[in-house]
Amino acid sequence: MNPAPGQTPLLDVHDLSVTFRMYDKTLRQHNLQVISELSVTVNQGEILAIAGSSGSGKSLLAHAVLGLLPANATVSGRMLYQGQELTPSRQEQLRGKEIALTPQAVTYLDPLLRVGDQVRGGNKTAAVTAQREAFQRYDLQSEIEAMFPFQLSGGMARRVLVSTAVLSGARLIIADEPTPGLGADIAQDMMNTFRELADSGKSVILITHDIELACAIADRVAIFYGGTTVEVAAAKDFTAGEAALRHPYSKALYRALPQNGFRPLAGFQPYAGNLPTGCLFTARCGLKTPECNKKIPLRELRGGSVRCVHAT
Amino acid sequence: MSKNALLHIGWTLLRLSSLLVAVSILAFGLVISSPIDPVDAYVGSESGVSQEQRQNVAAYWGLDKPPGERYFIWARNMLAGDMGTSITYRLPVSQVIAERFQTSLALMGTAWVLSGLLGFILGVVAGVYRGSVLDRGIKTFCLILSSTPAFWLGLLLLTLFAVRLEWFPIALAAPIGKLSGEVTLGERIHHLILPSLTLSITGVAAIALHTRQKLIDVMASDYMLFAYARGEKKWPAVRRHGIRNIMLPAITLQFASFSELFGGSVLAEQVFSYPGLGNAATLAGLRGDAPLLLGIALCSAVFVFTGNLLANIIYCLVDPQIREERSHG
Ligand code: SF4
Repeated sequence: MNPAPGQTPLLDVHDLSVTFRMYDKTLRQHNLQVISELSVTVNQGEILAIAGSSGSGKSLLAHAVLGLLPANATVSGRMLYQGQELTPSRQEQLRGKEIALTPQAVTYLDPLLRVGDQVRGGNKTAAVTAQREAFQRYDLQSEIEAMFPFQLSGGMARRVLVSTAVLSGARLIIADEPTPGLGADIAQDMMNTFRELADSGKSVILITHDIELACAIADRVAIFYGGTTVEVAAAKDFTAGEAALRHPYSKALYRALPQNGFRPLAGFQPYAGNLPTGCLFTARCGLKTPECNKKIPLRELRGGSVRCVHAT
Repeated sequence: MSKNALLHIGWTLLRLSSLLVAVSILAFGLVISSPIDPVDAYVGSESGVSQEQRQNVAAYWGLDKPPGERYFIWARNMLAGDMGTSITYRLPVSQVIAERFQTSLALMGTAWVLSGLLGFILGVVAGVYRGSVLDRGIKTFCLILSSTPAFWLGLLLLTLFAVRLEWFPIALAAPIGKLSGEVTLGERIHHLILPSLTLSITGVAAIALHTRQKLIDVMASDYMLFAYARGEKKWPAVRRHGIRNIMLPAITLQFASFSELFGGSVLAEQVFSYPGLGNAATLAGLRGDAPLLLGIALCSAVFVFTGNLLANIIYCLVDPQIREERSHG
């Protein structure tokens, strides 16, 4: 589902690369590219799931969009929000107002501040009612307001974190792994919340490694591998079966799902400091040919996009 | 009060008393094994005092008894609330300490507050602007300070500000030749500035470097990242999340620094001839004045112990993690 003609996507990330300047043991400087030529678009009112195993650069994408990468990171490529370049000053303007982050863990809460105060974000009076409403909605008792982060269970912490994003009224919510550690019911509830938000016109980027969950509620799914997008497809393609998918890695992921035979893929994702020149998947791909060692662009295919020369 | 708290208090008192016993034995051992003969120190070595008179003096101060007995006499009197009489000042030890302590307290208190505030501010600025020229400047300044002996720094300040520029008096806590009742507060403060500056400067480095490191950790924390993600700006975020999180360790460190403060005051008071407790301790050591030295040793032990205890108590009161566990558990 590409954007309808004439409609600008809410967020358009084009050929984003993120490189970290590092020093090795001998204090020689070297560069570590953790995201390479990554492209995704998010339309208004949709949930884009970003799936891939850990170390594929998913969280870094979130931080790059918000302009929160550490000082030793260099960013290249283009990021457009509502068709306009996301410059550092614009990112600063939009953070927390237009674009909100739902982080992964309780460590993202200040250990010495009461939860209610944190969710309201220093905004004293006006936000109290909204905060209480949000808490009620996520089944958080009113006592939780006065608690400190270390007193929350993992599930409570995640719901608190989600309510901060909802309270912000942002149009784009980036949810970084919102479900691990939650019970199935609560996880489902949370997913429904994101769906509701999307249906009400907001956009959600759902970063997850749970493909099944992603496909159940997302509109489109982007598959990350080694710091780049290898395929972007409609969520229904993932339920339709292997044939509907385009990239060999997506197909392998599909086969690895329990209901599809549970066949895991051998090998490892390449380490960021040691990426092959051509297709990042060559080492594990059964279809590779010498052509795969060239630079592989992301191309449109059957209503989705794929980064593989042999995909059909 | 809960049973837990009572137990805690009891345990603390037990620790304190065993500490005091150990300190007094150690201090006593040091005094009697020192090569200084207290009788000589008392009568003066060059005076033509007869052997008989010397024995009288020794008997008068109880110096003719074997060391073990002297210690037990002292300890018995001590338990009865009598700290003995200072050989040097010929006054009750408790009185000497009380007077000297007041003078020292002004010095140490000023230095303590100064070093805490200055160190904290420098540390925060360096931490927020990490890697900048400002940060490097502060860091270098602190490293130089922390490797500078207090007495040397004191001499330097003394030469510059008291001798060269004549901005401050050279010594003592009040102008010479004035009755203590006539000394004004301004004069006292004037005499206090150089020594307290000397004393505070050594404490600044520790607290500044510690605060800087803590703040750097906090700035790199997940919750700081989230604060930024939610649109908080740099300084408000530092105020709201940074200061709060580094305050506790800084306060603890500051209270735990009582021992350095006391040690430093001995040197600073010596350099500035400031008539405080540290100065009295030096004299007591030089004259083999066992009762005074023991008294001062005990007082300083209590002083340092109190600092550490306060640090713990404040931590418990302020850190929600510990506080809530206490009240729930
Ligand atoms: S480009 Fe080649 S190696 Fe890469 S996934 Fe396609 S077929 Fe496999």
